[in-house]
Amino acid sequence: MSTGLERSQPPVEVSEDELEALLGDRALARDDHLNAPGFVVRPDDVQSVLSDLKERAGFDHLSNLTAQQYEDRYESIYHLKKYADPTQEVSIVVPTPIDDPVSESAAPVFSTADWHEREAFDLVGIDYEGHPDPRRILLPETWQGHPLSLDYDQEKPQLVTLTDHANPIQPDHHDAESDTMFLNIGPHHPATHGVLHLETVLDGETVVDVDPDVGYLHRCEEQMCQNGTYRHQIMPYPDRWDYVSAGLLNEWAYARVAEDLADIEVPDYAQVIRTMGAELCRIASHMLALATFALDVYGDFTAIFQYGMRDREVVQDILEDLTGQRLMFNYFRLGGVAWDLPEPREEFIAKTRDFLDELPAKVDEYNDLLTGNEIFQVRCHDTGVLEPEAAKDYGCTGPVARGSGIDYDLRRDDPYGYYDELEWDVVTEPGCDNYSRVLVRMREVEESAKIIEQCLDLLEDWPEDEREIQANVPRTLKPDADTEVYRAVEGAKGELGIYIRADGTDKPARFKIRSPCFHNLSALPEMANGEYVPDLIASLGSLDIVLGEVDR
Amino acid sequence: MSSNNPRQQIHGSTAPSTDTRDSRIGEGPDDRFNSKLREAFGSTPFILTKFDKFMNWVRGNSMFMLQFGIACCSIEMMHTYAIKHDLDRFGAGVPRASPRQADVMIVPGTIVSKFGPRMKRVYDQMPEPKFVVGMGSCTISGGPFQEGYNVVKGAEEIIPIDIHVPGCPPRPEALIYGVAKLQERIRNGESTPVVVKPYELEQFGDLPKDELVQKLADDIDEDDLVMRYNWADSP
Repeated sequence: MSTGLERSQPPVEVSEDELEALLGDRALARDDHLNAPGFVVRPDDVQSVLSDLKERAGFDHLSNLTAQQYEDRYESIYHLKKYADPTQEVSIVVPTPIDDPVSESAAPVFSTADWHEREAFDLVGIDYEGHPDPRRILLPETWQGHPLSLDYDQEKPQLVTLTDHANPIQPDHHDAESDTMFLNIGPHHPATHGVLHLETVLDGETVVDVDPDVGYLHRCEEQMCQNGTYRHQIMPYPDRWDYVSAGLLNEWAYARVAEDLADIEVPDYAQVIRTMGAELCRIASHMLALATFALDVYGDFTAIFQYGMRDREVVQDILEDLTGQRLMFNYFRLGGVAWDLPEPREEFIAKTRDFLDELPAKVDEYNDLLTGNEIFQVRCHDTGVLEPEAAKDYGCTGPVARGSGIDYDLRRDDPYGYYDELEWDVVTEPGCDNYSRVLVRMREVEESAKIIEQCLDLLEDWPEDEREIQANVPRTLKPDADTEVYRAVEGAKGELGIYIRADGTDKPARFKIRSPCFHNLSALPEMANGEYVPDLIASLGSLDIVLGEVDR
Repeated sequence: MSSNNPRQQIHGSTAPSTDTRDSRIGEGPDDRFNSKLREAFGSTPFILTKFDKFMNWVRGNSMFMLQFGIACCSIEMMHTYAIKHDLDRFGAGVPRASPRQADVMIVPGTIVSKFGPRMKRVYDQMPEPKFVVGMGSCTISGGPFQEGYNVVKGAEEIIPIDIHVPGCPPRPEALIYGVAKLQERIRNGESTPVVVKPYELEQFGDLPKDELVQKLADDIDEDDLVMRYNWADSP
């Protein structure tokens, strides 16, 4: 079978024995994780173990860090993968005692650990020794306690100060020593794509330093999911992580991890529907990314933005027919989907085909308006440059990584759904700048259209008596205690992963979300330092972040 | 000329088209501006009304919305402004990026503790009279995230709200309906009082001294502006 998906160079496999040999005495014990071999190491061995794995075994992608508290210990789990082959996974488990939760920071080895560990400190309360910037990240500085630790009291009042954002009516704090200016962008600003706050230091018009301040939309999603039962109560929440109508893609992340955990086999027919729905969502999401990017670069609310919204409206109509909802679809169920294609089926298929038929013309329009526009090219070429090495270091995935030439797409590299049976290509662009990220999204829309087309063919010809949309799933799911699993899917913005630890009840004991936007955003200083302010805005737009997913 | 007849010859004229101009400078009022209402007024085109009533009518028909995106609802809000739904048709669709030029704030999303004071600042910067539409369940009560440790249980804890539009998220049609209802109320002069005191930020030193305040008193300046969230007593 040729799907046009083969990589140019097959990656080198590392066996578990080789890993054990590499870690040697530093591995204190083995830990059972469903898809990644786990090694327990001492808190002061973190850096050496991780750098060995990175340098000598090729695990160059720190995809997730989960921090959690047990009755008797704290635990940080570093989940490592390879950009060359994400099916090769290893987890490094670092237990720390309950009275002294200090562990060595991994930030010198992987830049992405910086934000990961700040979050782990913020929510769970583990201290990372040697961390370059040990501040809270999601909650306000004055927050008392760590909400995901076991002894946290939710009823306690909290204070939020305005110190960092001094009264704008106050006189300018001009520093006689230097010529730089401190400028707050956001959290209420039309170009920040929601409630993001950028603390920028400017020298004239050049950005000397930018520090993204997130957490203005931290809605306790992990806690919400930990309070819900596996079967039905968690599924509505993924819709609200990446709310730019990437709902089905997110739901798939949860569906995949929970199906892995509970060993549920999804019928092929449901997988095809899922694949089609997910790709429709990807189109809708990329359309909005494009529209808002034009808004950022041109300040253009009336033309390109409206074009993007027009096309999204069509996709949303189709998705509404399919799922019954406009934005928060809540359509996937564990083991399948909620219902079959809408009746009359032919009408739905015809409607979707119409959309696909019109798409090439629309793409041409976008090329005329946007990518072919000289001003746009001048604004985007060679601005916001993100070299592949830096992108990997920051854990970037999705169109951001592929815009830096990193050939990484979980739909192909860690196949799920029906993707490996279909003909399509992974899009990469070597430019590393804002322009290539836009191009990647534009071309991905076309690839998604290809996938949808094939799914429609399949759905149309599917034998009438085999249209099975749902596997047989027990009413209450109770995975065995201490089953741990991390699984990821390719969301619209990149690798969207979930770590779940079961404790034998019908609710997860720990539910950790690895959001692509969080890591893509952490690379912003890398892209924007030394550029002009408008290029900073363009770079931010090209990252296509959604604050709901950054803050969770 | 009765308004039931076509007003001008469109076809078949080769004369330079000065009709329009002639009619403008000719006697009597311009045809184009004629209307049933005008006919009813007769020769005195004046209406007597109260100034307040007139101002309410004006306000209700030219609303400047603050371009304010928080969460999921803001996506539907964008759709409301964009083609197909086009809020502008209702005299309420000029999004302004600056709070100083806006008089309506649609709060589209979950307010969390860190964002609450910022939202209040933006609200304070809007000129009066100002109106607020609470969009979606989160803005009303915290919605699906109400149980969260960090989520403010409704924007009403921080700023006064005129109209609630329920839904998660409300469809654009629902938002339009909410805005239209708000306009109706403004025209009738029924909106909430604009100056609100209970929601002010406090100075840290003015807070009642409890365990938390005592603990923070060492690091925080007494003059700092703070917002205190009391999760236990929120609705």
